[in-house]
Amino acid sequence: MVKLKEALESCQEEFFLPGNSCCAGCGLEIALRWAMKALGPNTALVTPASCLNVVVGLWPKAAPNFPFTNMAFAAAAAAATGMSAAFKAKDYRFPGKVWGEMTTLAFAGDGGTTDIGIQGLSGAAERNSDFIYCCYDNEAYMNTGIQRSSSTPHGAVTTTTTLGKERYKKNLPAIMAAHEIPYVATCCVSEPLDLYDKFKKAKSIKGCRYIHILSPCPPGWGYQSESTIELARLAVKTGSWILYEIENGIMKLSKKSQPLLDPSKRTPLVEYLSNQKRFSKLSEKDLIELQERLDRNWERIVAELSCQEGYQK
Amino acid sequence: MSESEKWKKINKSKEERPKVQEYKNWKELPPIPISLPIDGNMGTTGDWRTFRPIIDQKNCNKCGFCWMYCPEGVIEKKEDGHFEIDLLYCKGCGICAKECPTKNIEMVRESDIKDG
Amino acid sequence: MVEATNDFVQEKETIVIKGNISAAYAAKSARVQVISAYPITPQTTVVEKLSEFVDNGLMPGTQYIKVESEHSVMASVITASMAGTRTFTATAGQGLFYMFEMLHWASGSRLPIVTTIASRGAAPPWNIWADFTDVISCRDTGWMTAFCATHQEIYDEVLMSYKLCEDYEVLLPKFVAYGGFILSHTSKPVIIEDQDLVDSFLPPLPDEKGWPHMWIDPERPLMFGNLIMPSGFYYEFRMKIHDAMVRAKEKIKSVAKDFEKIFGRNYGNGLIQEYKMDGADIGMVIYGDLALQMEQAVDDLREEGYKVGMVKLRHFRPFPVEDIIEIAKKVPLLGVVDRATAFGSPTGGPVSCEVKTALHDAKGTARILPMINGLGGREVTLEQQKIQLKMLIKLNETGELPKDMLYGTFWDGLLEVK
Repeated sequence: MVKLKEALESCQEEFFLPGNSCCAGCGLEIALRWAMKALGPNTALVTPASCLNVVVGLWPKAAPNFPFTNMAFAAAAAAATGMSAAFKAKDYRFPGKVWGEMTTLAFAGDGGTTDIGIQGLSGAAERNSDFIYCCYDNEAYMNTGIQRSSSTPHGAVTTTTTLGKERYKKNLPAIMAAHEIPYVATCCVSEPLDLYDKFKKAKSIKGCRYIHILSPCPPGWGYQSESTIELARLAVKTGSWILYEIENGIMKLSKKSQPLLDPSKRTPLVEYLSNQKRFSKLSEKDLIELQERLDRNWERIVAELSCQEGYQK
Repeated sequence: MSESEKWKKINKSKEERPKVQEYKNWKELPPIPISLPIDGNMGTTGDWRTFRPIIDQKNCNKCGFCWMYCPEGVIEKKEDGHFEIDLLYCKGCGICAKECPTKNIEMVRESDIKDG
Repeated sequence: MVEATNDFVQEKETIVIKGNISAAYAAKSARVQVISAYPITPQTTVVEKLSEFVDNGLMPGTQYIKVESEHSVMASVITASMAGTRTFTATAGQGLFYMFEMLHWASGSRLPIVTTIASRGAAPPWNIWADFTDVISCRDTGWMTAFCATHQEIYDEVLMSYKLCEDYEVLLPKFVAYGGFILSHTSKPVIIEDQDLVDSFLPPLPDEKGWPHMWIDPERPLMFGNLIMPSGFYYEFRMKIHDAMVRAKEKIKSVAKDFEKIFGRNYGNGLIQEYKMDGADIGMVIYGDLALQMEQAVDDLREEGYKVGMVKLRHFRPFPVEDIIEIAKKVPLLGVVDRATAFGSPTGGPVSCEVKTALHDAKGTARILPMINGLGGREVTLEQQKIQLKMLIKLNETGELPKDMLYGTFWDGLLEVK
């Protein structure tokens, strides 16, 4: 568990160089910045079509100061599989060099993960391919101008759901946990040190690791760029975004979400939703329904945790 | 591949290879477009700012929250422990000012600042 | 753990194997480092045999990835190749179509990937038999394409392809196509070469630094694939792919020469293989498995006194323009028979269109009769091919066209139920 003071000493190096074309206040940038601080320079990143593809600059200039390759939209997980297999093949031929220590990281948006990329991701998880798959979730197809994805929450206005999305947010972390991969975690950009710890832990595990980061988007969610961290924090405090890890099937709530097992400790959901323009079309009925769903979801978490105590014995 | 071997310089290590690639025509190009990491790959993004963050160094308690939360990574901790913002690339998002626990960062309108 | 039988060879041996197994042995001889596998008829036994090799320790260090779709096959092979390894995969028909997007990615990344295609008909309706429409549909993707007529040729062409593709002047991916079921599932004796000899023919596996133009190395971080504006060099980068492929023609010829010197088997000049064209009155341009049978047809007709010849087209991409022009100067009439379709094209057959284009600016070259046969694995018998040749002779002598012409192309073997 790294503290800020330690991080200030040891994590000064910036791997994602400034002066790139991320929006001011971009959640993705904070996520990538801290993920790379945890993983270090021996990381190869594969990214499918997403915001990240575009913010890294135009040829011949690049923002990432580590090996980085762009890839077709649906192919992130498969591409990461191929790359990590190549490192193993190279490690066999040149043992004792950097190839045995390379981490392959697939960094995809929610569109490239929950929609078009889910087949590849499911396949990679099933065969336990050795890489870290990170989904930075800004809850819509932001690169192409804010269209709905299956990760968009109910009621959010996007350019393809102008009256607010009818269906609900796809629970990718739960789907990935069902694949029984060694490590699944959820993170939030308001907790960079927690994100750092989770990536550090993921780095030490072999096999398919999945990390899902909630990353607010100023133009997409409809708020001033200065509120990115505050909104992300509210998402956690309301219990709408739960921080946890599932290591070898055992779920553990993270520090900021642990107290929210007690419903009275959860901030009312409306405080999170009312600060975003994309939820302006929500009715009172919607708000009540969403709060109920949130509470029910927490009941499921409570049930899972108590079940766990049973089968852990 | 091309008639010129000029592009092969990018094959060298980080220290030896050119920082910037310059090619005149298709014959000088490498087979594929390789981009090299550089600060300010989209130019001086400091020009994007409407508001500039200014740290009140006297009252700053050097907690490091601004450094932790800055998306761009332009806040640097200096040797004596104080923090400085690289105004060449700071986009003026305002996160540092909002998150500063002691409220010692002020967002000042660029047009109000007299360069001197 | 399966007991090793005399199926597994590392020294020169002639074994009776199916075409697919021949392809698998070639990948093993080439010491490929990463294989991505997904089954599809009629290619499936290629990846099955490779799985056997890998599981029995006969390909030490090789990574065998069992992906969940063909799109993922190509995506994983691309990044594995980018990281500096020799890669291989196999597919067919619908699978090839599914990975179409990634084919462009592979050629745009200039990666030396070799893929064998057990060509089958395009669906709907389902058809799993020999028909080259699948690989021909990918003609504009920037992949080189070769056709095989014999089981031995499959093994040999895969080896030649690695030498060609990994040449620093080429660096393009390649298809090695052969007829589904006709070659993939029939058995013939195939010489599997001595591993040391193969190692002396092929370039060494990429070293730690990877390819000269692409690498994944934390010591030399780079980014590949980011955006280029219209005002940037996008246009020029694309032009370079065409340039590389056209220049590869010379390389194909020199690789075929090297191959013959080391292994003793000749494949024409590598781009085309002439057969009894000298002194012929008419010629037939043909590719794929039917080319072998056509040689027999030519022999039989020559014995009967007819002066006929044929040309086996070995490479479709890059198209051997100069060689076709030379051939077309030898005879007044050339039949070009396709086992694939190009809907709405000037002739309906892809190779006949390309032959006509190649001859357009050349003077004193043959008239072309475009022909199509054998789609969806429809049998084309030896007798039928002899009739095709005789029809060309008649056309040359009397100007009489065959029936079953559609818009200037002869569609041979159409069913007529009595």
